[in-house]
Amino acid sequence: MTQPLEALGEKVAAAFPQDVLRREISHDELMVGVRREAIVRVLQFLRDDPDCRFGILVDICGVDYPERAERLEVVYNLLSLTYNRRIRLKVTTDEQTPVPSATPVYSTAGWLERECWDLLGVYFADHPDLRRILTDYGFEGHPLRKDFPLTGYVEVRYDEEQKRVIYEPVKLKQEFRSFDFLSPWEGMNAILPGDEKAAGEDKPT
Amino acid sequence: MSADLGSANEATIKSFTMNFGPQHPAAHGVLRLVLEMNGEVIERADPHIGLLHRGTEKLIEYKTYIQATPYFDRLDYVSPMCQEHAFALAIEKLMGITPPPRAQYIRVMFAEITRILNHLLNLTAFALDVGAITPLLWGFEEREKLMEFYERASGARLHANYFRPGGVHQDLSPGLLEDIAAFCDQFPKRIDDLEQLLTENRIFKQRTVDIGRMTREQAIDWGFSGPMLRASGVPWDLRKAQPYDVYGDMDFDIPIGKNGDCWDRYLVRMEEMRQSLRIIKQCIDQMPSGPHMVDDRKIAPPPRAEMKTSMEALIHHFKLYTEGYHVPAGETYTAVEAPKGEFGVYLVADGSNRPYRCKIRAPGFAFLQSTDFVSRGHMLADVVAIIGSMDIVFGEIDR
Repeated sequence: MTQPLEALGEKVAAAFPQDVLRREISHDELMVGVRREAIVRVLQFLRDDPDCRFGILVDICGVDYPERAERLEVVYNLLSLTYNRRIRLKVTTDEQTPVPSATPVYSTAGWLERECWDLLGVYFADHPDLRRILTDYGFEGHPLRKDFPLTGYVEVRYDEEQKRVIYEPVKLKQEFRSFDFLSPWEGMNAILPGDEKAAGEDKPT
Repeated sequence: MSADLGSANEATIKSFTMNFGPQHPAAHGVLRLVLEMNGEVIERADPHIGLLHRGTEKLIEYKTYIQATPYFDRLDYVSPMCQEHAFALAIEKLMGITPPPRAQYIRVMFAEITRILNHLLNLTAFALDVGAITPLLWGFEEREKLMEFYERASGARLHANYFRPGGVHQDLSPGLLEDIAAFCDQFPKRIDDLEQLLTENRIFKQRTVDIGRMTREQAIDWGFSGPMLRASGVPWDLRKAQPYDVYGDMDFDIPIGKNGDCWDRYLVRMEEMRQSLRIIKQCIDQMPSGPHMVDDRKIAPPPRAEMKTSMEALIHHFKLYTEGYHVPAGETYTAVEAPKGEFGVYLVADGSNRPYRCKIRAPGFAFLQSTDFVSRGHMLADVVAIIGSMDIVFGEIDR
């Protein structure tokens, strides 16, 4: 299983020596990091090359890594029906820089990119119809970003006096609790509250 | 609508916009379809989705892996176990564990029961959409029997939370296999009855044949999978192509269509139910004995009886249900052949007890996206047939 994937990775890297930034095989899955500007060319190549034939764009997924300089990552999962193989492409971007849209290559990219824009705020250049898709009409913010609170900012209710649905800031009957169940003796790398006392007056880092 | 119905030569009908849903019985839930129509003909269809958006992916990021499984039941609520299957397989892949054989057989058997559950609802609701009410009533009777099997295995009729990483939550109750076998013997007769009502029914064929055609290339371009792709003539099934659990040992056929119209989709699903029965029978015949869960107390809870006497078992139970297990850092895209099509989970783990990101790839999302493309030039009534044949469930599309 790994052999053909390695060959495939090398083929893509050879075809785009400047644009393929990294490649990696883990859990029998091939991942290729691609330069943002080249993504459409690479997708086109993967779809049309007789040795690749990745006909189906299965999914576009955004991931947010707030600590990185380019915090947003867009992941393309492709599937080749001809060769029964999968490949994963990754590009990175930040909040402002647009990613070229894959809609000219795959029709199915339209909604997938809309969703990515809606939930993570990845901007896609040349997308024919980049509207929000899953969230409410007039929604603000991008909920799947890590700095967006789980409870959101507004809630809706029907107001009997105004006879319409109104938006209000979220009021929680009970404060949102995120329990930390991590064992202090295994797999811990954060500093527990109170640790600073053991080290004298030093502030926790 | 333009009321200009004067003399024949000046009858110009302006195109007008119409809202279909979100409160429409044929919208299969909460689809709002904005249709631009020229008289009775669709010029553009713009599905507005997200009315059932619950933020599942965000919620999962705040839950441990065990707590996240029930969310998968609530995505596509007519085929719950198949989605748990995808999530369980993804976690197993990252953790490098393999469930014991009995668990794999139980999973495959219930995944196929789920497929019949799903197809029964879809086909009969589809028939209802195009005007036949009897199949729905008959289909629900059978569905009830299947959900009883669900209940006897997992304790819940719908939201089972039965497939867990490392196996299934509990072993089958005594006598369940015999009853499923008995169901398998009587169900083909029911399928025949349904087919007799629908397959060559003149009205049904008028409503479905040549409606919503997708060629092979179009289906691939629009990211179709499952019965929708197979109806367009692509012999592709993840159960055969990338077998998971014990699907590799099963003997079954993949029905494909020729024209990719609504009628072909109906026929493919009908035949898939018969093939599912074959798989279920094989599972029952070959069902091995043994544990139903991996023997690792860090992943599987200890038996109740053991907890009464063993301190260690009690601690394991407590730690498992509070902290949960840590999945090693890594990422995977794992897909299963859910009844609707390829259901995938793209899971990013950061080594903690919670998923860093869990993207759910729902087959229906791709189908619904193509509504605009497929329904152009069709009549309004055909849109209902097209949506019915697409097997749309909003739980998974809106997530």
